[in-house]
Amino acid sequence: MLATIGVGHIDALFDEIPMALRCGELEAIPPGMPEMEVSRLMQARARIDGQPLCFIGAGAYDHHIPAAVWELTTRGEFYTAYTPYQAEASQGTLQLLYEYQSMMTALIGMDVSNASLYDGASALAEAVLMAVRGNRKSKSKRILLPRSLHPAYRRVVRTIVRNQRVELVEVGYDGNTGLIDREDLEKHGGEDFAALVIPQPNFFGVLEAVDGLTDWAHLHGMLAIAVVNPLAMAMLKPAGEWGEQGADICCGEGQPLGAPLASGGPYFGFLCSTGKLVRQMPGRIIGKTVDVDGKTGYALTLQAREQHIRRSKATSNICTNQGLMVTAATIHMTLMGAEGLQRVAAASHANTGKLTQALTALPGVEPVFEGAVFHERVLRLPIEANKALRALAAHNVLGGFDLSVDYPELGDALLVCATELRNEDDIENYRGKLERVIQSQVQTPCRLKPDW
Amino acid sequence: MIYEHSREGRRATAQAPLETTEATDIPAEMRRSTQPRLPQVSEMQAVRHFTRLSQKNFSIDTQFYPLGSCTMKYNPRACNTLASLPGLLSRHPLAPDTHSQGFMACLYELQEILQTVTGMYAVSLTPAAGAQGEFAGVAMIRAYHDAREDSARSEILVPDAAHGTNPASAVMCGYKAREIPTGADGDIDIEALKTALGPQTAGIMLTNPSTVGVFERRIKEIAELVHAAGGLLYYDGANLNAILGKVRPGDMGFDVIHMNLHKTFSTPHGGGGPGAGPVGVGKRLEPYLPVPMVDFDGSDYRWLTEEDRPDSIGRLSAFAGNAGVLIRAYIYARLLGREGMHRVSEFSTLNANYLLKRLMDAGFDAAYPERRASHEFILTLKKQAKELGVNTMDFAKRLLDYGVHAPTTYFPLLVSECLLVEPTETEAKEDLDNFVEIMRTIKQEAENQPETVKQAPHTMPVRRLDDVRAARELDLAWKGSE
Repeated sequence: MLATIGVGHIDALFDEIPMALRCGELEAIPPGMPEMEVSRLMQARARIDGQPLCFIGAGAYDHHIPAAVWELTTRGEFYTAYTPYQAEASQGTLQLLYEYQSMMTALIGMDVSNASLYDGASALAEAVLMAVRGNRKSKSKRILLPRSLHPAYRRVVRTIVRNQRVELVEVGYDGNTGLIDREDLEKHGGEDFAALVIPQPNFFGVLEAVDGLTDWAHLHGMLAIAVVNPLAMAMLKPAGEWGEQGADICCGEGQPLGAPLASGGPYFGFLCSTGKLVRQMPGRIIGKTVDVDGKTGYALTLQAREQHIRRSKATSNICTNQGLMVTAATIHMTLMGAEGLQRVAAASHANTGKLTQALTALPGVEPVFEGAVFHERVLRLPIEANKALRALAAHNVLGGFDLSVDYPELGDALLVCATELRNEDDIENYRGKLERVIQSQVQTPCRLKPDW
Repeated sequence: MIYEHSREGRRATAQAPLETTEATDIPAEMRRSTQPRLPQVSEMQAVRHFTRLSQKNFSIDTQFYPLGSCTMKYNPRACNTLASLPGLLSRHPLAPDTHSQGFMACLYELQEILQTVTGMYAVSLTPAAGAQGEFAGVAMIRAYHDAREDSARSEILVPDAAHGTNPASAVMCGYKAREIPTGADGDIDIEALKTALGPQTAGIMLTNPSTVGVFERRIKEIAELVHAAGGLLYYDGANLNAILGKVRPGDMGFDVIHMNLHKTFSTPHGGGGPGAGPVGVGKRLEPYLPVPMVDFDGSDYRWLTEEDRPDSIGRLSAFAGNAGVLIRAYIYARLLGREGMHRVSEFSTLNANYLLKRLMDAGFDAAYPERRASHEFILTLKKQAKELGVNTMDFAKRLLDYGVHAPTTYFPLLVSECLLVEPTETEAKEDLDNFVEIMRTIKQEAENQPETVKQAPHTMPVRRLDDVRAARELDLAWKGSE
C-alpha cells in the first residue's frame, strides 16, 4: 500500500504536520489489554458497586424491559448504522422512527413528535427556546418555571438558555399540597411571558391540576409547556387534552420506555407539539412520502430547520440524537401496548401506595403532601435524612432521594418510589431496615464510660 | 407498518403485570379516558417486524460505510457486552458514592486518558454529543470573557467549510457566527482571518485536519493571531481519528476542544445516536467546565458538582450525560492502549491515502491533489457532471446498488460535486480495492449507459424518494388505515 502511494514509510504520510507539534509516546496511557483481561477488569468494577435494592426515582425509574427489546435493538443493522442521510439504504431506521413518532403522538395526544433529543432536561431547554420563537402573542423571552419541577431540569434549562438572554422566573409551590402555588402564579398574570412550564407528575410525585394551569397560561397569552413522565401518560390525561385547548408543547424523559437505569444514560428526550409549531421544532423529523414508482417510503423532512442546512439560522445546533434509545422505546411500546403500559403505571402507583403505607406505620414517618400522586411520594423522617440513607445503603437498600439539599424548607424529607419491580418482600425489607435505623438513631447511645 | 399487524385485544401477554389495578385514588378528571393507539401485536409479530426493518438498513456490520467526517469504523462487540454487565446496567444515577466506586473509576480513568491523548489540562465527560460539546465549549469561552468583563466580544469565527453545528452552536451561546474563507490549497485564508480578527472576536472554531481532509499547516500561526486579538481557539474533534497519538490539539494551541466518542472511540452510531462529546480545556478555562466531573483523592472517587465548582457553566443533562457510551469508550481505550491509539491514526491515514491514489489512478479527480490526505479526502465529480450529466448524487445512489454506503455528498459546500470519503482504519485492503473497482464500474456506466446511474438505486427497498412531497404534504404520524 505504501508503494502504491509512493512513500517509503508510514511516517511520511504525516509530513504536512510540523515536526515541532508531534507528540511522543503517551506514557500516561496504559498499554493495550486483550479482551479477557478487560473483561476481568470490568466484571470486578461492576461487582464492587453491588446491586442494591433501589427505591430511588427522581427522574430515572427501574422498570422491567422485555428481553426482545435489547435483543433487537443491538442487532448490528440498528446498532451500527448512522443518521439516515441515504434514505434508500436506511428505510429500516426511517420507518421505525416514523412508527415512533406515531406512537408518541398517540401517547401524548399531540400532532407531531420529533425523532428525539438528548434527555428530558435538555429537551425542556429546547422546548423553552421553541416557545420563545413560536409564541406570536408574546414579545418576551421570559418563562415561568415552577419550583416543583425537577431541580436538575431547572439547572440544565438555565445553563442552555442563559446565553440567549432568556429569563427564567420561578413560581413557588404550596407547602401543604406540593402543587404549583396559584397565588404566586397569579402575581404574574399581568406580565408578558412566552410560556408556563407544567410538570405532570411534578418532582414530588404529586399530580398537578393541569387543566386549570393550561387554561391559565392560554388566558394570559402564554404557551403551555408540559413536562411529563411518558409512562404516566398511559394512565393520566395526555398533555394534548389538558384544559380547553391542550398543552402546546410536551417534552420529557423517555427512559421509562425501555432504557435501563445505566447510571443516567443514554436515555432520550422526547418532544411533541401542536402542528402549528412544527417549523419551530428542533431535531430530526421523519415524513412519509413516495418514491418515483409511487411506492411508500420514509425520509428526513423539514430539514430547513436543521443546522446542516440552515447553519447559524437553525432552530438548534443538535445533530446526533439518541436514535438507538428511540429504537428500543419503539419496540418497548410495541411489546407492551397501551394495556401493558397502563398496567405497569398502575402497578407502580399501587406499589408506591403500599410502600407509603408500610413506612408511615413507623413512628415519626409521615407523608409531607396530601393529594394524589403517580408513583413517588415525599416522606418526612424523624431522623436526619442523609444519615438514614447512608445507614440503609450500608444494608444494601437505596432508600430514596434526599430532598434536604434542594428543598431545605421540607426538613428531613425523602422522595421514594416503588415501581412494578418492587414486590411485597422488597417493601418489607425496606420497612424493617428503616425501623432499625430509626431505633438506633433515636435511642440514646450506650455510654462506654460513665461521665463523672 | 407495525400498526397493520395490529388486532383489537391482541397482546404480548408475558410483558406486563398479570393483574391490573384501578388507581381509584386519582380523580377521574386527571385520568385518561381512552387508551392511546399503540400497536396490539404478539411478541413474535413484533420480533419479525423489527428484524425485517433492520434488514432494510445499511450498517457497518453489513456494508463498507465510508461516510466522510463520521468515522464509521468497526465497533468492537466487547464494548457492548461489558458495558451491559448487570451491575452497570442496574446502577441508579443517584446511587450514593459508596455504591458507585467501580463505575466512577472507569469515568475517572477515561477523563485521564482523554486528557493525555489530546494534551489538555482537564476534561469533563458530560456533554451528550458533539454539538452539546460545542455548546459547552463556546459557553466556556463566553464565561471566560465575561469573568474578565471583556463583554464587547460578540463574534465567533468559523471557516466556510465548517460543520453546520459550529455556527449553530455559536448562535446558541448568543454569538454571531462570521465565516472565514478557505484558500485554494485547502488551508484557511490567513489574510482574510487577519482582516476578520478584532476586539469583537470571542474566538474561532476549527477542525484539524479540516473538513476538506487536509492538515491545517499554519495552525501555530493561526493560534498566535487569534490569541493576540484576545480570542480563544476551539477545536472541533470530528476528525481526531486522523491524528490520535500523533499530534495533540493542546500542543497546537487550542484552548478548548470536544471529542466525538462515537467516532474516534468507536462507540456505535445507533442510527443517529447516542454519542458522547466530552470537552477538554487548557488551564484558563478549567474553572468553567460543565458538571458533574469525577474526582479522586487517592482512595475514593467522588462527584464534583456545582457546589465544588461555582464557576462552572453548569449542568447539561439531568444526570451525568450518556454514561453507557462513556463506558463503551473506556473499554475501547483499554483494549487499544497507547500503541493502539498510534495505530488508529496511522492505519486510517494509510487507508485514505491508498484509496485516494487508486481512485486518482482510475481517473477520478481529487479536490486537493497536491495535498496529503488525512484520514479522509474529497473527490470532485465536476467533470463527470459536466461532460456526462451524471452528478455526485447519482454516483452515491448507484454505490448503494453495489452494496456500499455512499460517502458524504455535497459537504463541504465549497467544493462542487464533492464526495467526502473516509474509509477508516478497520477496513482491509481488499475492501478498499473492491470500492475502487465499483467506482470504476460506475464511471464506465456513466459513460456508456448514464440512465442506469441517473435512475439508481435499483435494488434498494425503495427508489429515489419525493422529498418535496414529504415536506409539502406533511405526514409525520400514522393516522389509521384508510
